[in-house]
Amino acid sequence: MWAFIHKLGSPKWFYGISARLSPWFWAAAALLIVIGSVWGLAFAPADYQQGNSFRIIYVHVPAAFLAQSIFVSMAIAGFVFMVWKIKVADMAAAMMAPLGAAMTFVALFSGAVWGVPTWGTWWMWDARLTSMLILLFLYFGVIALRGAFSSRDSASRAASVLAMVGVINIPIIKYSVDWWYTLHQPATFSVTSRPAMPMEMWAPLLIMVLGFYSFFIAVTLMRTRSEILRREANKRWVRELAGEVS
Amino acid sequence: MSLRLQARKLACERDDRWLFKDLDLDIHAGEIVRVEGPNGSGKTTLLKILSGQLADFDGELYWNEHPMRRTRQDFLANLLYLGHAPGVKAALTPLENLAWYQALAGEPDDEAARFAALAAVGLVGFEDLPAGQLSAGQQRRVALARLELIPRALWVLDEPFTAIDRDGVAALEARLVAHARRGGCVLVTTHHELADSPALRRIRLGQGARDAEL
Amino acid sequence: MPNSDPHLARERDAVSLFGEPEGGAGVAIRATLKRDLVLLMRRRSEVLNPLVFFALVITLFPIGISPDPELLATIAPGLLWVAALLAALLSLDSLFRSDYEDGSLEQLLLSPHPLPALALAKVAVHWLLTGLPLALMAPVLGIMLALPAGSYAVLALSLALGSASLSLIGAIGAALTVGLSRGGVLLSLLVLPLYIPVLIFGAGAVQAAIFGEGVAAHLAILGALLAVALILAPWAIAASLRISING
Repeated sequence: MWAFIHKLGSPKWFYGISARLSPWFWAAAALLIVIGSVWGLAFAPADYQQGNSFRIIYVHVPAAFLAQSIFVSMAIAGFVFMVWKIKVADMAAAMMAPLGAAMTFVALFSGAVWGVPTWGTWWMWDARLTSMLILLFLYFGVIALRGAFSSRDSASRAASVLAMVGVINIPIIKYSVDWWYTLHQPATFSVTSRPAMPMEMWAPLLIMVLGFYSFFIAVTLMRTRSEILRREANKRWVRELAGEVS
Repeated sequence: MSLRLQARKLACERDDRWLFKDLDLDIHAGEIVRVEGPNGSGKTTLLKILSGQLADFDGELYWNEHPMRRTRQDFLANLLYLGHAPGVKAALTPLENLAWYQALAGEPDDEAARFAALAAVGLVGFEDLPAGQLSAGQQRRVALARLELIPRALWVLDEPFTAIDRDGVAALEARLVAHARRGGCVLVTTHHELADSPALRRIRLGQGARDAEL
Repeated sequence: MPNSDPHLARERDAVSLFGEPEGGAGVAIRATLKRDLVLLMRRRSEVLNPLVFFALVITLFPIGISPDPELLATIAPGLLWVAALLAALLSLDSLFRSDYEDGSLEQLLLSPHPLPALALAKVAVHWLLTGLPLALMAPVLGIMLALPAGSYAVLALSLALGSASLSLIGAIGAALTVGLSRGGVLLSLLVLPLYIPVLIFGAGAVQAAIFGEGVAAHLAILGALLAVALILAPWAIAASLRISING
């Protein structure tokens, strides 16, 4: 187990293994997203209340899932980095943050677009959208803090601490926002808390969610690989790779 | 009381440049170790690593033959560190500044000792003025009064002679030698040339001299 | 001549000279509390500025929105809470900054006593001289916003409880940004999202008091948030300070 963790911590080993893994995730992502989109957009039945506009769910919900999962992964990577000093974990966390922020933005944007046919407005202080907005600010904070330090080690450790503090707060924020929303109860219904969906609707949704996760893993592997090369540019194995040293 | 600070294969990288690499150190009781090198050669960084403030380095530290991680508490209880900034609060008087340091170090609250320490660094009559009204050299002396006030074996001093007049420099130098003679240990960076003494040892940092221990 | 062996004399001397510290962590914590209190009392403007800021922001709202007491009364709980929160945030940047600049912070970090406890002492002083005065002052500003009667005590109590959590959470951000030259704006970005639960339940408590509903649940949740912050924040502050001292 220990040997495994330390092997995983070696950038060189990670660089090799991720090269073999990432094509599979790219393939899975492409396949699942294509199947999910076609099924969800063309073949799933229209919603009896919202008609075809409900199909935004096939982008909105996977993006929202991913937005939260990426923050949690970032915090876990930060924890691993702080406790075991595994630099690859930090590189992965650094590379995840912009993707997480982008996914949060996609979830917010698709939610706003969905709001037009549903509520007749681009923005409602809906519990889910509000939580997403706060999550976006949390991502901005982590990204900005990492960028503010001149020393890379301090930047990594500060971002890790903030990600961990944030992840403890996310459920607290989510529950308090839900509570706040029910208290003020505007005269609408929440877009995603709805009666049970028929199978023909949620099956493509599940496929889309899995596709988005594969996409996330593939992108993170790819970006972490290039970050490894950047940070380890002085190391012998990277220079050998680049053909500078024979 | 034994006292031994060791470093094995110490290496520190800043901005893709090795400040030092494969640095082995072995510091004993009764020694004054002067860390030398041009500006930017990593003297302050080395002192911060050796005083347990920096975690971003490769290599191992040992305190009294034990890995530093396990004896950190004991190490800190024996350490007196004086950094670039004197650590003197401008709004507090020298006496109040020292009172905090006394409590922080776990020493009993002793006003007479504080007066004595301030007298030893030549600050008689300035005890009750806000430190902000003192000159830079006097503020540095308030910081140096901690050497008198708080009995610690290992002194790590980063440029302690800064802003101090000639008499003060001579007194401080004598103080360092006396501390080493009593079985203490001093780790110091300074641009001031220390007089040769059997206790004095030099470590040189900087280009091409990364593992030279003269 | 007794003790003619110089080695023996040195041994004995060393033991008596460099004895282990005697006082416990309690002494160090008390001294830190006292030192920070004295420091803030000598720079009163730092204590008064957040209070003036609070009053000023509250003055802006009737001017910017409308002097209509009915309208003001409905938005007063939120306004008071948001303005107090911003005022508390304003003072956070200086929490560790002067210690960082004059070198006392590295001395604090090198103390053999537990850093989370020492950091907690500093946060306690910050709350005592920022959060608590804001809470005591809020009812006066409540009058100016035509806050309905019966909610004044709850306003002060919720602010006193909530601002303690705000100080603790904010201190994490202050510790993370203390080494950065342009840390002030970043601090707000880091800390404000984390303030939202406290704001929701704090303003909610005042709202509930206005509607004549029970406020016990709100205050209990504010207390629970404070308990969580008290347990976790000191460790995060300590870790953040150690990172910041690295530069």
